[in-house]
Amino acid sequence: MELSDQIAQYLVSGLSTGAIYALIGLGFAIIYNSTEIINFAQGELVMLGGMFALFFINFLHLPLPLAVLSAVASTTAAGVLFERLTIRPLKAATPLSLIIITIGGSILIRGIAMLVWGKDTHAIPAFSGTEPILIGTATILPQHLWIFALTLLAIAMNKLFFNYTITGKAMRACAVNKRAAGLVGIDVRKMVLYSFAISASLGSLAGIIVAPLTMTSYDVGIMLGLKGFCAAIIGGLSAGAGTVLGGLLLGVLESLGAGLISSGYKDAIAFIILLLILFIRPQGLFGKAETERV
Amino acid sequence: MKRFLAAACFTVLTVLSATICIAAPGTIKIGALFSVTGPPSFLGEPERNTAKMEVDEINAKGGINGKKIELIVYDTTGDATKAVQAANRLIKEDKVVAIIGPSTTGESMAVLPVAEKEQIPLISCAAGSKITDPVKKWVFKTAQNDGLAVAKIYEYLNKKKISKIAIITVSDGFGSSGREQLKVNAAKFGIQIVEDSTFGPKDTDMTAQLTKIRGSQAQAIICWGTNPGPAMIAKNVKQLGIKLPLFMSHGVSSKKFIELAGDAADGIILPSGRVIVSDVLPSSDKQKKSLIAFVKDYQKHYKTEGDHFGGHAWDAVMLLKNAIEKGGETPSQIRDQLEKTQNIAGIGGIFNFSPTDHAGLSKDAFVLVQIKDKDWALVK
Amino acid sequence: MRFLNSEILKFILLALFILILPHVAHEGYLLNVLVFVGIHSILALALNLLLGYAGQISLGHAGFFGLGAYISGILTATYSLNPWIAMLIAASVVTLLSFAVGFPVLKLKGHYLAMATLGLGVIIYIVFNEAVDYTGGPSGLSGIPNLSIGTFSFDTDIRNYYLIWTFALIAIALSLNLVHSRIGRALRAIHDSEVAARVMGVNARLMKVQIFALSAGLSAIAGSLYAHTMTFVSPASFGFNFSVELVTMVIIGGLASIYGSLLGAALLTVLPELLRAFQDYDIIVYGLLLIIMTMFMPGGLAKGFPQAASYLRTRFGKRSSPDA
Repeated sequence: MELSDQIAQYLVSGLSTGAIYALIGLGFAIIYNSTEIINFAQGELVMLGGMFALFFINFLHLPLPLAVLSAVASTTAAGVLFERLTIRPLKAATPLSLIIITIGGSILIRGIAMLVWGKDTHAIPAFSGTEPILIGTATILPQHLWIFALTLLAIAMNKLFFNYTITGKAMRACAVNKRAAGLVGIDVRKMVLYSFAISASLGSLAGIIVAPLTMTSYDVGIMLGLKGFCAAIIGGLSAGAGTVLGGLLLGVLESLGAGLISSGYKDAIAFIILLLILFIRPQGLFGKAETERV
Repeated sequence: MKRFLAAACFTVLTVLSATICIAAPGTIKIGALFSVTGPPSFLGEPERNTAKMEVDEINAKGGINGKKIELIVYDTTGDATKAVQAANRLIKEDKVVAIIGPSTTGESMAVLPVAEKEQIPLISCAAGSKITDPVKKWVFKTAQNDGLAVAKIYEYLNKKKISKIAIITVSDGFGSSGREQLKVNAAKFGIQIVEDSTFGPKDTDMTAQLTKIRGSQAQAIICWGTNPGPAMIAKNVKQLGIKLPLFMSHGVSSKKFIELAGDAADGIILPSGRVIVSDVLPSSDKQKKSLIAFVKDYQKHYKTEGDHFGGHAWDAVMLLKNAIEKGGETPSQIRDQLEKTQNIAGIGGIFNFSPTDHAGLSKDAFVLVQIKDKDWALVK
Repeated sequence: MRFLNSEILKFILLALFILILPHVAHEGYLLNVLVFVGIHSILALALNLLLGYAGQISLGHAGFFGLGAYISGILTATYSLNPWIAMLIAASVVTLLSFAVGFPVLKLKGHYLAMATLGLGVIIYIVFNEAVDYTGGPSGLSGIPNLSIGTFSFDTDIRNYYLIWTFALIAIALSLNLVHSRIGRALRAIHDSEVAARVMGVNARLMKVQIFALSAGLSAIAGSLYAHTMTFVSPASFGFNFSVELVTMVIIGGLASIYGSLLGAALLTVLPELLRAFQDYDIIVYGLLLIIMTMFMPGGLAKGFPQAASYLRTRFGKRSSPDA
């Protein structure tokens, strides 16, 4: 086997894993961009998506499209409920206490999922078979194509929503300045709720679509959430191409690190490179530099 | 107000002391430390379930020497700090006479000095050979050494004249112990490890490592891990079209693995305790009786298949019961009697403890099985 | 001056309380928990200096804690160095290392800083797992000796209790001194507005790095104490989860409150023990409590207690007043 063939496979594998991180990272970025909250429970919403899909497919035996829809709806309901019960009642919460609340939320959701679905890992059937697809000498699975397609769709929808709809623009206004947004007649609380709903549904969709590849259990959310968070930060917390590129970069770095240097240190290698990137560009690879308000 | 405070204090104190003295005099208290939650919950949960089930059964049959057993289980979540705290609580507050567990090698190594200092017998359910090597006075274990499983695979490789292998192990306690044993034993069997890679317990894609293995000289792949990683590897091997024979560890010897890996599981060979093949064992097999009893019970209680991890706890309870029946119920009597255990057939194998051996199993504890048509078949 | 006196009085009361506590709570197991409360208090204090006073978040402090534990553990267990010297080396190495890393890292702000420190923690954790020849890998490193003075070995709970709380009291005294000094005022200035602090002549960058190094070094000492008390270390105790738990201790206890750190550490160490009664539901109750406490005690326990007390007092007062 030629080294170039190997590298081709590393790249393809890295991109397909990276697309998963990107999709999850987008959920972080959307909430951040309309509320300035980093939602540490985002990973658990991804997990919930996968778990609900499992429940609808394997136990209720719904057809796939219906199961996906129901799973997204259920997770979105959970996300909205979480916002209504914990984020909304707070009037003057600091970013730090919001972090702790979302961490508490993630522990709570994980705990409930553990009791409801048990601790086992579960497999979900692939959407369209498991026959590998050849790209040159490298192979990917049909499920990867689904992930790529969904990621593209998510970016496009985001762009449209945030730039061309009134609600989307209002949500962006809230991110820039909540008070000013309130003064011009935007219902800030509603916008926060919307952003939780959108990122919950996106997160659950990500969870459903990656579950056939990664399998699912009550505790997959921690790792996936962490990687998604990294993707979003590298991308400068932009709810678009930046985060996606951040995710892809992370995936490729891991895969090349594992293949060419050391599989044990692959995450460390990826993190060292990410740190170096942050040192050179403190606002993220694709973020715009901000001037601090005094 | 003052009087009210005093009254309140008094009430709290009485309630507290009442709860402390609640244990009836006629019970034997046994403690258990399992990582029921956390990353090693694949070990801790079946262990806890099994231990509870067996203790209930013993009590239903009248207990040991007429005394009921009280089992106190604490969750250690796979964290050494929590395990040590819980061990202290079992010994100093609950006043147990013996401890079963912890589930992982790391936690066992952490708890072991506590058991030695407080002189309470500890029967670990973890596999690491360093737990009982060198022998510690108060520490025993029921899980088979990983080295025995490795030897079983290497013997088979010798038979098939395969000498160059690639290993891929999970980077947690289970995998690193397997990796160490794979390396240590390789030379003895004339086997050369040409590629040594690892994967994280929560990794979702191992194609990079496997691509590297594909490019190496390896004639076979040995994967050491527990669900879900190995299932992912089986799928990735299929995706990359790698035709090398794939071996797994006893960490995946449950139906769950076959369910997760699906078609990709076909043809995989692994060493396993006898639990999963209990029904096809010859009736001359000494363990058969215990095995079938365990499998049936577990199925009845928990509606899922019992695995050999649960078996470690089953063995520990059984060894304790035996020791208490024959020796007595103080910690030192139990310890002395445990050391005299001879020829007791459990789930993990046939136990023979001695002052120089607190692990007590031989390599016959493992059989080699192959996955065929989503079921197990004995490899002759 | 009166303010200073009341601080000293508070400190002496705390010291007395700590001295007497083991004689009230003679239950052996409770003492063991209190040992861990002590270690966690030092950690929460260290992190609070950085997070509460300088306003810089770190999601990687478990890594520094672990580095202290492992350096101390390896030097004593493998190279049979004197534990006290090992502790000194561990603290110095970690302080220097974090000082060097601090310059680029603390240039970052907000979530980027969180991400960078998280990355540092993850890298350190991976090294613990992978450098098997030195650290023993995931199964851990055992055979670490207890600390000792001459032939007096700190090998029982009660001895470790006094040892660790002595360290904790020293850490508290130093921190109190620090926050009431010029440095403390400068730190709070940085917290409120870094630009303004700079304008006032505070070398904000150096100050942040120094406090980061101090915080990491203090965590390393806690790590060393942990290693010699447990006589065993394994990577699982120093993961991302523990970093988050430390941040939680600080916030639940109260940001920029020295005694709050103690309360936070005590609560989060004792809570899981209390929740054992809930068995499998403990994780849910834990998550719920975290949310509820942050929601209803935004200032943490340090401010929450007085708040709750004054609330009760007004309620009580109203009821007893004749016109109610």
